Amino acid sequence: MKLIILNDYDLASEWAAKYIRNRILLFKPGPDRYFTLGLPTGSTPLGCYKKLIEYYKNGEISFQFVKTFNMDEYVGLPQAHPESYHSFMWNNFFKHVDIRAENTHILDGNAADLKAECDAFEEKITAAGGIELFVGGIGPDGHIAFNEPGSSLVSRTRVKTLAKDTIMANARFFDGDLTKVPTMALTVGVGTVMDAKEVMILITGAHKAFALYKAIEDGVNHMWTVSAFQQHPQTVFVCDEDATLELRVKTVKYFKGMMHVHNKLVESLSVD
Amino acid sequence: MPSNRSVSDAPITQFVNCRILRDHKLQREDLWVREGRILDPEKLFFDEQGYADNRVDCEGNIISPGFIDVQINGGHGVDFSQASEDVGRGVSIVAKKILEDGVTSFCPTLVTSPYAVYHKVLPQVKVHNGGHHGAGVLGFHVEGPFISVEKRGAHPEQYLRSFQSGGFEDLMEAYGSLDNVAMVTLAPELAGSQSVVRELCRRGITVSLGHSVANLSQAEDAVKHGASFITHLFNAMLPFHHRDPGIVGLLTSDQVPAGRRVFYGMIADGIHTNPAALRIAHRAHPSGLVLVTDAIAAMGLPPGRHTLGQQVIEIHGLHAHIAGTKTLSGSIATMDMCVRHFKQATGCSVEEALEAASLHPAQLLGISHRKGNLDYGSDADLTLCDDALNIKATYISGEEVWRKQP
Repeated sequence: MKLIILNDYDLASEWAAKYIRNRILLFKPGPDRYFTLGLPTGSTPLGCYKKLIEYYKNGEISFQFVKTFNMDEYVGLPQAHPESYHSFMWNNFFKHVDIRAENTHILDGNAADLKAECDAFEEKITAAGGIELFVGGIGPDGHIAFNEPGSSLVSRTRVKTLAKDTIMANARFFDGDLTKVPTMALTVGVGTVMDAKEVMILITGAHKAFALYKAIEDGVNHMWTVSAFQQHPQTVFVCDEDATLELRVKTVKYFKGMMHVHNKLVESLSVD
Repeated sequence: MPSNRSVSDAPITQFVNCRILRDHKLQREDLWVREGRILDPEKLFFDEQGYADNRVDCEGNIISPGFIDVQINGGHGVDFSQASEDVGRGVSIVAKKILEDGVTSFCPTLVTSPYAVYHKVLPQVKVHNGGHHGAGVLGFHVEGPFISVEKRGAHPEQYLRSFQSGGFEDLMEAYGSLDNVAMVTLAPELAGSQSVVRELCRRGITVSLGHSVANLSQAEDAVKHGASFITHLFNAMLPFHHRDPGIVGLLTSDQVPAGRRVFYGMIADGIHTNPAALRIAHRAHPSGLVLVTDAIAAMGLPPGRHTLGQQVIEIHGLHAHIAGTKTLSGSIATMDMCVRHFKQATGCSVEEALEAASLHPAQLLGISHRKGNLDYGSDADLTLCDDALNIKATYISGEEVWRKQP
């Protein structure tokens, strides 16, 4: 596991974006070789998306040969609703870059048969050759995607009923009206993300500090589903100073001491 | 290669590097067009997995809905009210030239004329869409002959009429047919006008109040019966008086039925309306302001002396005088000039200035579901302009119909 600690949100976002950029470039994607990228929604990754768009506009990267798989989507919310994850991805990422619609995959929360939709999603990931890099964020309760506390750590893509905490946290996006907040979602499972070759988790802000502590210093526990990635061979946690507030000084100092090594991962690649 | 599979084979155009006027704000968004209509790119992406076939680089300019001029008497030497054998050709000449002013549709306007003129002219120009041939015609605006003698302005007195046979029959006798009429200006104080207003509105024709000595309550009555516009506010009506504000008082009237809005035309050429009066109107009722040119045949002609009909007119700058006199012979400002002057005179935002020439006239005519905005599904009638509101290019149904030569 790597823990990358940056001074603030903007630097953490930039680091994560550069890491994704380099991973795509090093993969050398082409018409017969697509890079598969798992993507999150929410406020945490916004800065990272902005940077990726900037790199695309500068001509540093292209998404022409990238396939994306999103983590989750609400059930029953119209696709065009401004809070749907379809809208989020369109407005914050897809419309700004050269990705082709047929290479993007977001679960359909309005599918007639939700279970079949989830199973088909898993099959699409498999058909694409699995996911190279899954990027995720977490909730203050340590949930990854909509794998709320208590979710099985070997779970697959499925329908989930949302925790009351999550519904209340989301109410601010639905005019503060609890009755308007979707109560179910389709989500990839912890096991789905665990299958990715590499996982990058973005954690920023003091309100996520306890979750980061649970994720990396406490044991693997299904009440903090993000802790499962302790057992993943390639996980990078990218955080800001505020998110480290609950960590031991020793932990923070150790990983900060590694930054000169880790920063090599995000250096600009020479053009070959 | 047409990129859209599920809806039609028509190509898709994406206007990039622009700011578009949507929801009353300039937004950094691309504008997508298919089959002459504005397309929702998010639906295209997710539902059709489609993408753009052509990209148009707007070089950072603003895309506004195309301008709509609901009162224009002619231009470029053409007077619509002159009953020539070929009015259609005259309208076409003007329609083509006003593309340069950002106008994508308009209401050719006829001033008070003998019945024979209406009977001859009205059937000649049908409502039709715009295109490479010129701006679209939304229907005639017939200004008169049912107007006030005292406030007739330049309208010839001998052709003025009243509703002597009960109202609507008089109107039909005058115009012959209403098939190509979008708007009628009348004076609401004329006896019998109320039933005429009701019948016109029932037929989907906009009724405007003007060339009138109506007091406020007469004007309010007309609004209650369906009238929704004021023809060139301040001009050809009683001046504002605090004990009877007259038609001008409609701007702040509390008698306008709920859900209805009164619009008013402004000739914002800096000559026909004093900038202070323009500001009073704008501040009192910004959402009703509709910019009109009220242009005459001299609009678009170069400075100097011109013979128009029976008159010789002398043009200096934005002034058109009857030669040898100080009498203004009408407005010669183009729509884009009016938009710029309106913004400069009132200090309003770019958005407000553009909407006064696009959204508001469309709302007035009841066509805002397809014109006057850049909402998904609306006609892709567009005006491309820079930050100083100089027109760079004009599009109708997504096709470029005019571009400023560099």
